[in-house]
Amino acid sequence: MFCLVDCNSFYASCEQVFRPDLRNKPVVVLSNNDCFIVARSAQAKAMGIGDLQTVFEIKSWMQQQQVAIFSSNYPLYGDLSARVMEILGSFSSQVEIYSIDEMFLYLEDISHSTSSDSMNHYGSQIKNTILKHTAMPVGVGIAPTKTLAKLANRAAKSIAKCHGVCVLDNAKKWDWMKKRTPVNKIWGISSRFSARLEELNIHTALELANADPKYIRRYFNVCVERIVEELNGHACLSLEEIPAVKKQIYCSRSFANKSTYLPTILNAISLYAARACEKLRAQQSFCCSLQVLLYSASYESSCHNRHLVIQLPYPSGDTRLISRTARAAIQHLFKPGIAYIKAGVGLLDLSTRKQQQLDMFHPGQSAKTDQLMTVMDKINSIHGKNSLYIAAEGVHKKWAMRQAYRSPSYTSQWNELPEILC
Amino acid sequence: MKSYILPLFIHSVPAGFPSPADDYLDRSLDLNDYLIRHPAASYLARARGDSMEGCGIFDGDLLIVDRSLEAQHGQIIIAALDGQLTCKILDKKKRCLLSANKNYAPIPIDEFSELITEGVVVHSIRHHVLPG
Repeated sequence: MFCLVDCNSFYASCEQVFRPDLRNKPVVVLSNNDCFIVARSAQAKAMGIGDLQTVFEIKSWMQQQQVAIFSSNYPLYGDLSARVMEILGSFSSQVEIYSIDEMFLYLEDISHSTSSDSMNHYGSQIKNTILKHTAMPVGVGIAPTKTLAKLANRAAKSIAKCHGVCVLDNAKKWDWMKKRTPVNKIWGISSRFSARLEELNIHTALELANADPKYIRRYFNVCVERIVEELNGHACLSLEEIPAVKKQIYCSRSFANKSTYLPTILNAISLYAARACEKLRAQQSFCCSLQVLLYSASYESSCHNRHLVIQLPYPSGDTRLISRTARAAIQHLFKPGIAYIKAGVGLLDLSTRKQQQLDMFHPGQSAKTDQLMTVMDKINSIHGKNSLYIAAEGVHKKWAMRQAYRSPSYTSQWNELPEILC
Repeated sequence: MKSYILPLFIHSVPAGFPSPADDYLDRSLDLNDYLIRHPAASYLARARGDSMEGCGIFDGDLLIVDRSLEAQHGQIIIAALDGQLTCKILDKKKRCLLSANKNYAPIPIDEFSELITEGVVVHSIRHHVLPG
């Protein structure tokens, strides 16, 4: 069985971890540069605050309504995310980091023959452990395929009776949910595809599931055909196979053998950084922060599972800048004598060029540089990797983020630790 | 001609069994390993105030808090009181939170509400010379 664990309003929940006074209150988190609203607590959503709403439109209204406003604090979010991932590692040895706040688990010991009750119980155990250990509320969806697990997670969060855990282990249950899920809410179905599906009179997940897979393959592609199979309970996607455009990009892998040798790990991290950057550019995004994770091999030395979040000098899609930064992070995290088994790179705080241009005071990576990079990519793809370098990185303007409402880095700065009243 | 620098081995090359002492090589001591049993569930915090001085917790001390432990009677815990993270002693028998300073009265735990703790204080660290 597959299990999807998804943190509730992740960035907003992070801001509530060390601020009990803000729990069950409206909280919003702003994008880099304080431009848009990127996360809202349940109470903020209930007040009608929209996703990606521009801040200047409603700032004074929010202040009037005592909505807690925060600039994004990626060191804090990265730290809490790494904690959730580590705890999930005690529930399954096979964990895929899908994004900063979503992780897929493959539950080896749980199969179709396991009773619904015991699956539900296991899901609750995951949810309650993460809540107790990190104060992070999560939803848990369990189903025989990744696509159905995503659907189960949606149910876990939207149906109050589920109490945050939903198991879709038989056709009767998943048909009920599919009937209530429009095609544009299915994992991996882009808005372009959902418009075409609507034209073909396919409006719900159930209608898509009942369509002829061969017909779907002819009109769309093999990915959509696989989604049809997945919706019918036939697992086609394994862990690490990812279909959609994402808000963060993670690339993490276990090594073939554990390694105590720094150069090997540096090579691996460069490769993961390059992979992640390819994906970043393929979806035409920039990233502003970078998370680097390094896991030690044995359970006893779990203290050496370490991570670092680094803010880039400006939003970038430059493989070399990102790879160089990731390597520097590994050199900082690596300790001699420890055997490491897994490493990963996460590109966080993604934005598009369109969003960048709205900020006239901080232009960031220039359009000229974009063109240069595209030309460089082409030359490098013809003449081999790194055939062409930029001699000076100094052409970029220094890009300073506006972060007027940033919370303390509670878990990563000695002078910003949470204060306890004694 | 290219020159190479070769490492100089000061030990003799052992032929036969490796030295049994190799198994007893000490790794350097790591305070994280020693003090933090559940790293993913633990956080560091700074004590503010004088209500816990009787337990040896003074203003400015560093606290290591483990959220994964079930709070036991008599343990020093972190609780959210009026929305503020607060350090107190848990008295499960009298259902109240105690200070370690006679100037502070016990705080009763609301009978109907389940006390939600924000972790157990597993260590407190005094700085006799300021770090950093």
